[in-house]
Amino acid sequence: MAEILVLVEQLDGDVKKVTLELLALARSLGSPSAVWAGPGYSAEAKAKLAGHGADKIYVADAAEIADHVVAPKAELLAQLVASAAPAAVLVAATAEGKEVAGRLAVKTGSGVITDAVGLGEGFVADQSIFGGGVNVHSRVTKGTPIVAVRPNSTAPVAEAGAGAEEQVSVALSDAARAARIVERVKQDKGARPELAEAAVVVSGGRGVGSAENFALIERLADSLGGAVGASRAATDAGWYPHQFQVGQTGKTVSPQLYIAAGISGAIQHRAGMQTAKTIVAINKDPEAPIFELADYGVVGDLFKVVPQLTDEIEKRK
Amino acid sequence: MNIVVCVKQVPDTATERKLRSDDKTLDRDAADGVINELCEYAVEEALLLKEAHGGEVTVLTMGPSKATDTIRKALAMGADKAVHLVDDALHGSDALSTSYAMAQTLKTIGFDVVILGSESTDARTGLLAAMLAERLGVPQLTQANKVDIDGTAIAIQRLTDYGHDKVEASLPAVVSVVEKINEPRYPSFKGIMAAKKKPVQTLGIAEAGIDASQVGLAGAWSEVVDFAAAPPRAAGTIVTDQGDGGTGAAEFLASKKFI
Ligand SMILES: Cc1cc2nc3c(=O)[nH]c(=O)nc-3n(C[C@H](O)[C@H](O)[C@H](O)COP(=O)(O)OP(=O)(O)OC[C@H]3O[C@@H](n4cnc5c(N)ncnc54)[C@H](O)[C@@H]3O)c2cc1C
Ligand SMILES: Cc1cc2nc3c(=O)[nH]c(=O)nc-3n(C[C@H](O)[C@H](O)[C@H](O)COP(=O)(O)OP(=O)(O)OC[C@H]3O[C@@H](n4cnc5c(N)ncnc54)[C@H](O)[C@@H]3O)c2cc1C
Repeated sequence: MAEILVLVEQLDGDVKKVTLELLALARSLGSPSAVWAGPGYSAEAKAKLAGHGADKIYVADAAEIADHVVAPKAELLAQLVASAAPAAVLVAATAEGKEVAGRLAVKTGSGVITDAVGLGEGFVADQSIFGGGVNVHSRVTKGTPIVAVRPNSTAPVAEAGAGAEEQVSVALSDAARAARIVERVKQDKGARPELAEAAVVVSGGRGVGSAENFALIERLADSLGGAVGASRAATDAGWYPHQFQVGQTGKTVSPQLYIAAGISGAIQHRAGMQTAKTIVAINKDPEAPIFELADYGVVGDLFKVVPQLTDEIEKRK
Repeated sequence: MNIVVCVKQVPDTATERKLRSDDKTLDRDAADGVINELCEYAVEEALLLKEAHGGEVTVLTMGPSKATDTIRKALAMGADKAVHLVDDALHGSDALSTSYAMAQTLKTIGFDVVILGSESTDARTGLLAAMLAERLGVPQLTQANKVDIDGTAIAIQRLTDYGHDKVEASLPAVVSVVEKINEPRYPSFKGIMAAKKKPVQTLGIAEAGIDASQVGLAGAWSEVVDFAAAPPRAAGTIVTDQGDGGTGAAEFLASKKFI
């Protein structure tokens, strides 16, 4: 069966959920090989990858790979594309994943499709463009197809792969060492999942009214084990940090469940959340465009509806 | 310092955007063209660097002739001059072709630092800056929400999923900026008038050293197979809160197995 490379996304050795999704997708189209890039590889990581379908695991765990911006990962993948001649390479459509894809495409003379929300026979990708208004099928026509897939495009499947390990050493070029990471600053996000890959996202907008009131949104998110997002009106007002902005100039999320509270649903906001599977809206204005998207909408005051919803969820747990 | 800022004209997101039925490329005539919002932050950062370190800011745009409006906007903000890469042969270029054409042009015009937005609002691939760094063989300093230059040393704060990285390198380099790195200035009336007289050099592909077989629809590495308007979402259930709105929503979430 055709080998498909999947670049593992991990933080401090923890494999991210999106990687398990990519393995499931690769398994439906061929034989997945996970590519570990950077320090932190462990028996636990191996078990997780093999337990989700990886037939092979290429391990390049030299510390140096993590010391430079993006380029080392692209060099590693280019080396594997040359030696293993895979049928395709899948990466997560995160900002960094896409940058790896871009450099790899140039190195290998291969086309790249970004922000796929599905992938089928012949590596034909589904893209949802123009804020969700148009669905496109696209594919790579030259080289090895490189596809950046959005988190939550498919569900992880717990199915054992062979998990054969292969150590890989990569001799980084001077160019790959040019941008040096001298310090990593980690923000404490508590137990909340990352916005881009969370299965549930609860977002607040201008209707939330203040930074303090975002505690309501956080409580609802926590009751569902979800991440918190915000509209631009809320981040511009300084009520919630900018990196949580959902939309055209913020993050694109594609969760199983998106709850919008006090958000009108402007086209630029919709561009970042329209591919969510289920959408719930809470807004006091019955004419708010967000209701056009909502699978379930409550016309009402979020200060009453959100706490009641949170309490009810806690009660049912 | 020779600062080049890459600026893209995109269809206004407030108007309806379409693909062309004939060649499946973006219909750039159907909607009003505006400056890509993240490029305004790139222009502002370029102007701030010039104000701090001296030098010159050159706007680089690849796009059809109507993209001159967008070039004038960047010049009105304060950029010194512009290079407009315009050639029918470029129509339909994908990200690889675009990065190739822009890299060739950058080699022709020279640069110490190239600044881009982190993403466009039309194609939204977020690929260009990394591809340019790879093609030009210079450091990739992308997703920056802070840029500092000291002589030939450059440092940025790179936004990441977990916070940020501090990254250092030497010029020349490619930088991309995220929203909120700065507050883009509005062009003044004086700026708008002055922009009309600033030099805009137009280059065709031959003048920029671009091989025609690597660009345009025929040269692209990827293709749109087909496309269709997204089917409208099935109408949802909308209820008015009568004091039990939250409980009702919980009921719905339970029916969908979220709780
Ligand atoms: C180029 C460009 C890029 C942009 N990028 C983004 C982006 O990335 N993300 C983004 O979000 N926006 C973006 N915007 C901004 C976008 O156009 C909207 O202005 C923004 O999304 C509005 O945020 P909002 O819905 O929170 O605020 P509003 O539109 O003001 O809506 C607030 C809503 O809250 C409701 N409300 C008020 N009080 C209550 C209450 N007590 N209970 C219930 N409901 C209440 C109101 O009825 C209203 O519908 C962009 C705009 C431009 C021009
Ligand atoms: C809906 C849609 C989806 C697409 N999907 C793909 C895909 O999956 N793969 C693919 O290879 N191509 C794709 N394309 C083609 C792609 O849009 C073009 O290659 C485009 O020129 C570069 O992509 P971008 O705008 O996404 O760049 P981005 O990388 O998102 O833009 C970042 C920055 O690059 C600079 N920049 C980009 N283009 C120009 C320009 N013409 N002139 C000056 N500066 C510029 C700007 O500073 C901008 O802020 C797609 C096009 C559309 C319309």
